[in-house]
Amino acid sequence: MSALTALAQLRAIRDGIAQPITTVRHCHLAPHPMVFIPLRLAGEAAAPMGAMVGTDPGHPRLLVVPQPRNRDLRFAFTAELAEVVLPYIEGFGKTTETIEKKGGEPYERCLDAPQILVPNPQAVTFVGLLGRSTRFRRVDGPYPVHPSVPLLGRWLTYFADRSQHPGSSLLLTATEALGAHWATGQSGLEDANLAALLGWIDPPEGMTGPGAAEEAEDPLLWPPAGPATDPGFDNEVLGPAVRAYEEAPTERAVERVAQALRTQLEPTWRLMWRSVELLRALPEGARVKDRWDVDRGSFTRFLERVTEGGPPQARRDGAVGAAARLAGLERARASYDVQRAYDDPLVMAEYRLTGEAFAGTVTAADPEHTEGEGRSRKLRPLITVRTEDQVRLTPGATVGSPDRRGHAAEIVEVVDGEVTLKITKGMGRGRTPSPGSVPEPGERVTYTSLTDDFQSSAALPDPELTPWTHGGPPQEYVPSDEDAQEEWS
Amino acid sequence: MTPQQEAAAVVDAVLADLPRNRGVVVDSPPGAGKSTLVVRAAGHIAETGEPLMIVAQTNEQVDDLVERLATEHPDLTVGRLSASGYVTPGRVLALPNVSVAGKLPDLGDPAVVIATADKWAWIGDRTWPWAIVDEAYQMRSDKLLRIASLFERSLFVGDPGQLDPFSIVDGERWAGLSWDPVQSAVSVLLRHNPDLPVHRLPVSWRLPASAAPVVSEAFYPFTGFRAGTEHGDRSLELTVNGMRTSYDRALEEAAASGWALYELPSRHTVRTDAEAVQAVAVLAVRLLQRAPVAHSERGSHRVTADRIAIGAAHRDQVAAIRAAGVPEEITVDTANRLQGREYDVTIVLHPLSGRRDATAFHLESGRLCVLASRHRHACVVVARAGIPELLDAHPSAEPVQLGVPVKFPDGWEANQAVLAHLSKHRVAAH
Repeated sequence: MSALTALAQLRAIRDGIAQPITTVRHCHLAPHPMVFIPLRLAGEAAAPMGAMVGTDPGHPRLLVVPQPRNRDLRFAFTAELAEVVLPYIEGFGKTTETIEKKGGEPYERCLDAPQILVPNPQAVTFVGLLGRSTRFRRVDGPYPVHPSVPLLGRWLTYFADRSQHPGSSLLLTATEALGAHWATGQSGLEDANLAALLGWIDPPEGMTGPGAAEEAEDPLLWPPAGPATDPGFDNEVLGPAVRAYEEAPTERAVERVAQALRTQLEPTWRLMWRSVELLRALPEGARVKDRWDVDRGSFTRFLERVTEGGPPQARRDGAVGAAARLAGLERARASYDVQRAYDDPLVMAEYRLTGEAFAGTVTAADPEHTEGEGRSRKLRPLITVRTEDQVRLTPGATVGSPDRRGHAAEIVEVVDGEVTLKITKGMGRGRTPSPGSVPEPGERVTYTSLTDDFQSSAALPDPELTPWTHGGPPQEYVPSDEDAQEEWS
Repeated sequence: MTPQQEAAAVVDAVLADLPRNRGVVVDSPPGAGKSTLVVRAAGHIAETGEPLMIVAQTNEQVDDLVERLATEHPDLTVGRLSASGYVTPGRVLALPNVSVAGKLPDLGDPAVVIATADKWAWIGDRTWPWAIVDEAYQMRSDKLLRIASLFERSLFVGDPGQLDPFSIVDGERWAGLSWDPVQSAVSVLLRHNPDLPVHRLPVSWRLPASAAPVVSEAFYPFTGFRAGTEHGDRSLELTVNGMRTSYDRALEEAAASGWALYELPSRHTVRTDAEAVQAVAVLAVRLLQRAPVAHSERGSHRVTADRIAIGAAHRDQVAAIRAAGVPEEITVDTANRLQGREYDVTIVLHPLSGRRDATAFHLESGRLCVLASRHRHACVVVARAGIPELLDAHPSAEPVQLGVPVKFPDGWEANQAVLAHLSKHRVAAH
């Protein structure tokens, strides 16, 4: 935990209310996100019990499995879920834009992409497991399922995989999204309880944050946000309802299970939409749109893959696939960290504290300064910045600035709070710097060694050419009826 | 057998195994002559007339290897591939048999080509009959995946006790997979090719007799090694008298016994603990003022600033120590960057000093192993009191992953072992 977050936590305890740790919102929030709250059968990893899903706060759709030990009913549930989720997802494939790529073929990208909100990281794990248990199912052969089941399975897998991508907003959890913007006076473990977290951030009239959070610990007032249900509820309400269905599978018995689950899901449903309101009230960070563009691109590519009838995602990454995914994740992580700092002075303050960034006032500027002679003569304006920050950057370090895009400089000298910088990029092509590209005396500037300037990693071999050090080429994938079997099932 | 004979027997066995296997792995504890082996094997392969590629992990390691190889085999032509932005240091430019270029065709046709793993990944259109991969335990397996098709046979050399490669993202998804991309190149290689011969260098020439048993027991519990020298062979003499301050006493303890623990009062602090940083800097300055002279099997010499290193866990600590007024010539760096380096005396800021929790990062045995095994004569550790209690409060609670081979040593246990030894050389700050 950073020093500033620790300070915000202390303040939250002192004031009895959560403290903001950012000045802007760092995640994309769709105009009509789909909220999905899954519940699973206690003791099972991926047996769905019920779910509340929908894009309209006033009209949630409740789906239930009256006897979750019955696999036919489980897949019927998945097919019903697919009826809600697939049209929402596929609706975004209808309108696309053409993107011109430098030195490449132009390609199509969906104008917008779906966004699914779940309460917590456990729900993401469940989404992934539900995807895994359904994407290999077959529509013919033994135990056939509705064609929408394996299709939904592939989409759920895609969303769960994508959520591991730093900075991606296609599948968000409410607790993590809120936790990234507010610090509470409770532990990280307690922050994982959505009701308690919201209690700190937005306590009801007349209550303090800690008071509201304490109330949230009572499962009768605030049922858990899933996927696990409250054991008391399981024993006293759900168990008898499921047994009644077992004895007489009537409409009334189904309705009894549905009623029971509704009491558990409705409070969380309201909390989810309250979270959306709170997040929407924050102004969006400047680079959030860039990251959403990347999400849209990824979504479009997967949509194309599904439309072309590609195989379901493999259960495990192959050697080459794993390395490629790792490279992508690392790049996204680094770039997300930089973008957050550039978008938000409060995040940048963390780096100022560790000496990786400094802010100050320009005291002198020599915008016409040049280096080299003759044809190799280059424009290298010099500026001097007076700062109160502890600067731990050494001469020669390359720095960027959130104030100007494409701007880069090199530290020349650091003496007693005076930093001399040589500007190396972002001055235009002329003999003199383009107007406004060199900070003027009196201007307040921020510089940091965090830069979004990455070297792309070298190409990986084709999977068919996996070398002997990594087990050689993998066997070719042939779909079979055994695909959906798990080693442990 | 003498240590010399013992080590020579292993090297001969390695060279004999090379043509018989697709890959040969050599585990080398700190200072056991890994570079010597690489240079020797390179010469051995070059004699056959077949071209050889050498892979190292950082530019410094490449430059070190180029220098040693070119000096010890003056009739061998050596090519050094470099990325753009690399500035060739003077010590490499001065070598007549070395050429430096960014592209393979520009090197001419040298017998040996050396580059970092990152650079090799961009060279695609040629296959070498031989390769040597240096610091292979530091190399992530995804890097090996990018270059493995470049060679037919390879010698992998490295130190299993040093820091494992790491990633800024969570690699749990791949835990247990035999090709887990965040594992080291050697573990992935051996999981797919369990029949490859693995040799172990048995003698540390760097670590003195005071340090080798400590490091061996703590970090190589099942694959021990010994020091190449005896207790009387090395000594550190402080030629200027001290003033009985706690700094002086810590330095005297280190000079006499090879170890010292300079202990500050127990306190929870931020990472750049001002008092600890100050103590590290003062110890370094004071050490130079005491005009130390090192006596060893190589003769006697004055320990100058360039023979002293300061190690810490985090970059901001390094920056803070640097800013606290340490002489320019003293190396100050993180454990990651001190790997493979050797000094006469080291001063270490203990990774757990002043912390209120012990995370997996801080418990990683390799980090402490690197910091505690860079010295030829003495190591001074600066720490706040209370680390054993901190460890007791944070037993390693990492989840056990299926299919992941158990690794030794355990970081928690190694930390306790080192602290137990250091407690015999404790000097309390005044």
